[in-house]
Amino acid sequence: MAMLHLVNKSPYDACNLDTASSIMKSGDSLLLIEDGVYGAVKNGKAASLLGGLKVSVLGPDLAARGISEDKLIDGIEVIDYAGFVDLVEANDKVQSWL
Amino acid sequence: MSEAVKKFMYINRKAPYGTIYAWEALEVVLIGAAFEQDVSVTFMDDGVYQLMKDQDTSGIGMKNFSPTYAALGDFEITKIYVEKESLEERGLSLDDLQHLVWEDEDEDWAEKDSIRLVSRTELADVLADQDVLFNF
Amino acid sequence: MKLTIQVNEGPYQHQSSDTAYFFTKAALEKGHEIFRVFFYHDGVNNGTRLTTPPQDDRNIVNRWSELGKEYDLDMVLCVAAAQRRGIVDDGEAERNGKDATNIAPGFRISGLGQLIEGGVQSDRLVVFGD
Repeated sequence: MAMLHLVNKSPYDACNLDTASSIMKSGDSLLLIEDGVYGAVKNGKAASLLGGLKVSVLGPDLAARGISEDKLIDGIEVIDYAGFVDLVEANDKVQSWL
Repeated sequence: MSEAVKKFMYINRKAPYGTIYAWEALEVVLIGAAFEQDVSVTFMDDGVYQLMKDQDTSGIGMKNFSPTYAALGDFEITKIYVEKESLEERGLSLDDLQHLVWEDEDEDWAEKDSIRLVSRTELADVLADQDVLFNF
Repeated sequence: MKLTIQVNEGPYQHQSSDTAYFFTKAALEKGHEIFRVFFYHDGVNNGTRLTTPPQDDRNIVNRWSELGKEYDLDMVLCVAAAQRRGIVDDGEAERNGKDATNIAPGFRISGLGQLIEGGVQSDRLVVFGD
């Protein structure tokens, strides 16, 4: 059973991305939304947490915060709200790391 | 209409009193107990603070709701997971927490521990096994 | 897919009500079923009709009311959380001796059992919060 993990806080503000990335199992997916999208920026300290994980980021939240896609860690998929819905459907359950 | 019993997990990650999440989460757990699902509760990150003994809220004017955790056993909530790493990071051990128990009617009402101390890796497996995850 | 959405935060204070709205709308547009949207903690504040946001900003409460009307959604404010925070309908006003009501169109006040039922009846529970 695969889980979709949602992280909505900046990794520089809270430990949620730390917790989520360390508890994720093989086959799980991570979606960064709201302030969580800052975790997707390359060369930041948080980038090392995401190695080897299936990570997506919500495009509208990136754009709102002025983060262009070329600033993202390689291999991160940018999705929209429709894609968010698809991710929820593709996984068995959702864990919101609030 | 879903007939099968689902595995419900209530996850607590926030400290009590600074915000209302701990108390209002507990209210969901208590109401949810009547719905006859397979219930577990997790305390991790700052959520472990909710179970600390000797809470005295008289100075801050808030209701001390910590005695409610001791009643969870009476609501047939017998699987309470506490994450080991969360305790250790905070300089705590199980001794700092309330001793939560339930009475097993199949064994002559023998008192059993409700708290299961688990590592993060073990907790990952527990969570993976659930059907519905509640967060607050 | 049948979904229950849980919204834990009030309008404007935190983005979670916005995200929940756009997610719910996208799910409906894709043909999925929203079993219930359940508002808990400060999320009940999404259900007051008395907000007056600036003209050039989104009207979060109205947006939920309109989506609720368009898709006949069941949007529930938790009664205990609503009582604490002063979101009142006719029944609550009468029961608790309040001299006014403020519930927005499309919302109803009910118990936590509605959230639990959502978890039992739906394929997915998605929680939006802080």
